[in-house]
Amino acid sequence: METKNNTRLRNEMEITFDAVSVNEAFARVAVAAFVTPLNPTMEEISDIKTAVSEAVTNAIIHGYDSELWQGDCQEEKNQVYLRCVIEDDVLEVEVRDTGKGIEDIEQAMEPLFTTKPELDRSGMGFAFMEAFMDDLEVESRPGCGTVVLMKKKLGTTAWLLQEE
Amino acid sequence: MEENFKVIENYLMVKMPEEVDHHKSVYISKTADEYIMKEGVGNVVFDFEDTRFMDSSGIGIIIGRYKKISYFGGKVFAINTDTRIKRTLMICGLHKVIEIME
Repeated sequence: METKNNTRLRNEMEITFDAVSVNEAFARVAVAAFVTPLNPTMEEISDIKTAVSEAVTNAIIHGYDSELWQGDCQEEKNQVYLRCVIEDDVLEVEVRDTGKGIEDIEQAMEPLFTTKPELDRSGMGFAFMEAFMDDLEVESRPGCGTVVLMKKKLGTTAWLLQEE
Repeated sequence: MEENFKVIENYLMVKMPEEVDHHKSVYISKTADEYIMKEGVGNVVFDFEDTRFMDSSGIGIIIGRYKKISYFGGKVFAINTDTRIKRTLMICGLHKVIEIME
């Protein structure tokens, strides 16, 4: 039985960019712009930007062990793949790298755990992704790379605030 | 960017940029440490007046400076934090070790 309410919204985009720190800002702004047709609140935009920033930063500094970008050319072509799908009011973000991968995902996801304390990393990356998105899945194979899949349902801020 | 660092008496004032992420955080941490060593300041104040975005890299900056400063009994402050920044700091429990002021 077809009803008018069955019209589904679907939109997808994919970008690939060099694994350099200057692209962290580019990635989060691109995703924020992509979700605007859903009329997200400022709060939701901030949540999404933070989560994307965390995932992309992880890919760059942990996946590829990249140093800070000074405008120089990369020796190897390290790239980060970002894919976003909007299905109705749900945003799905996939951040993928082909870097060194994670040996122990459970440990990596523990708040405050970091393999790079010397870089002032707080170890809160995955915790933030979990806090700001509704769903988080991480798959990784050492030596092959990591995929981070995040989902967020938009338009829930209003009644969440009401609950509080 | 040097003008974002200022020493007032025993306090190092750090004006945080509009977007605090990993790309910016390396410079901020490094420069703040130079000032702490060179000027021998006891306390650090992070000013978030212009900041509209911060991810966990910002937390890293604060925790890193806190570890250095608190060793000598110094304090860390976060001022002009909007609700968003405040929430981010509180998720990490930073309000227990630093002073957060709106």
